[in-house]
Amino acid sequence: MSRIIVITSGKGGVGKTTCTANLGMALAQRGHKVAVVDADFGLRNLDLLLGLENRIVYTAVEVLAGECRLEQALVRDKRQPNLVLLPAAQNRTKDSVSPDQMKKLVNALTKVFSYILIDSPAGIEMGFQNAIAPAKEALVVTTPEISAVRDADRIVGLLEANGIRNAHLIINRIKPAMVAQDKMMSVKDVQEILAIPLIGVIPDDEKVIVSTNRGEPLVLAAEASQRGLAGQALQNIVRRLEGETVPFLDLTPPADDFLARLRRLFRPTE
Amino acid sequence: MLQELLDRLFSRGTAQKTSRETVKRRLQILLAHDRADLSPAVMEKMRQEILEVVSRYVEIDPDHSEFLLESDQRTTILTANLPIRGVKEVPDAPKIADSAANRIPEATSSTLPPAEPSADSPPDVLDLSMLDAIDAAIDPKTISSPSNEGRQTL
Repeated sequence: MSRIIVITSGKGGVGKTTCTANLGMALAQRGHKVAVVDADFGLRNLDLLLGLENRIVYTAVEVLAGECRLEQALVRDKRQPNLVLLPAAQNRTKDSVSPDQMKKLVNALTKVFSYILIDSPAGIEMGFQNAIAPAKEALVVTTPEISAVRDADRIVGLLEANGIRNAHLIINRIKPAMVAQDKMMSVKDVQEILAIPLIGVIPDDEKVIVSTNRGEPLVLAAEASQRGLAGQALQNIVRRLEGETVPFLDLTPPADDFLARLRRLFRPTE
Repeated sequence: MLQELLDRLFSRGTAQKTSRETVKRRLQILLAHDRADLSPAVMEKMRQEILEVVSRYVEIDPDHSEFLLESDQRTTILTANLPIRGVKEVPDAPKIADSAANRIPEATSSTLPPAEPSADSPPDVLDLSMLDAIDAAIDPKTISSPSNEGRQTL
């Protein structure tokens, strides 16, 4: 029985695609056959984060139009043979695909792949409806900011209204030092407000940008130091997805020295 | 500047909320409204009606009364803070409806619309955008839209 998981957020730019690429890759590394599906028609990005942009020949649109077979559209990852990408079309709008067509595509994928991760576009319109239509589970990505949390709450409501009750929360880009200074909501704050089970906490990490530049998901890095805390957090999410109990990373910043405290005393409250 | 520093040294500055507390509070109120999906017009009508009912029994201070929707976990809570100036003499039961209008204190009665039994007349006394008023008039079901019912009971 394959698991069909949509990665969604409402707000754009909170890390949906980065999560999809890394979780897909990490699941494949653990030996699962994984298909990552880009549901962002017109603004596709997943191929870039996976470094597969030059190998796209056909997309989901051609498959649906009967111009090619599904397996011709799937882009195989050379670094990780268990992973394939089903790209979205870049020259179409989100209305060029229907929820029923998405269901059909994903349903066909379940015959071969044990995990299907769907990268949802931002927003709650057609593209979002397409992305959630085939999904049985959801990962809701948010950052500790007011607009992202509000949108995430809306998404949780819409998921429930569409019968997806198995939703877990990923809090991305947390800055432990800011939380310690009461300048950012903590993981607990956000989780209390959204009140859905937490599956991952990913600290803000410059390594994520570097890995995006290269088109190599963080979890691919050979050494733990290159993966960083963010890479480790993403691997932990995959282990939790598979039912393991993994403690959340300790993200408390090193204790303030006396000088830092003194300096803060002289700074205006933020 | 010096005062501010002194305040902080003696931790009197703790009276000022951190931005973390502020954002959390803002979100709790924001999400309560989002989840309840009550239009401002319906919210205002409910506020007026609650004030009206309470005013029959006690004299309240309308300037300092407060109506808030808040969320805790996935439950939405309506909080009404109504400072009481004094208790009124409760009239005989059958007379309640008639005497209510006369007994409302000056400050409140000026803002209260006459109680409207039918939901299809828009609350015209209220200072609200036309759209919301029309919404509320056309679709009285906005109070309990089915998509939100499930969430509030969770």
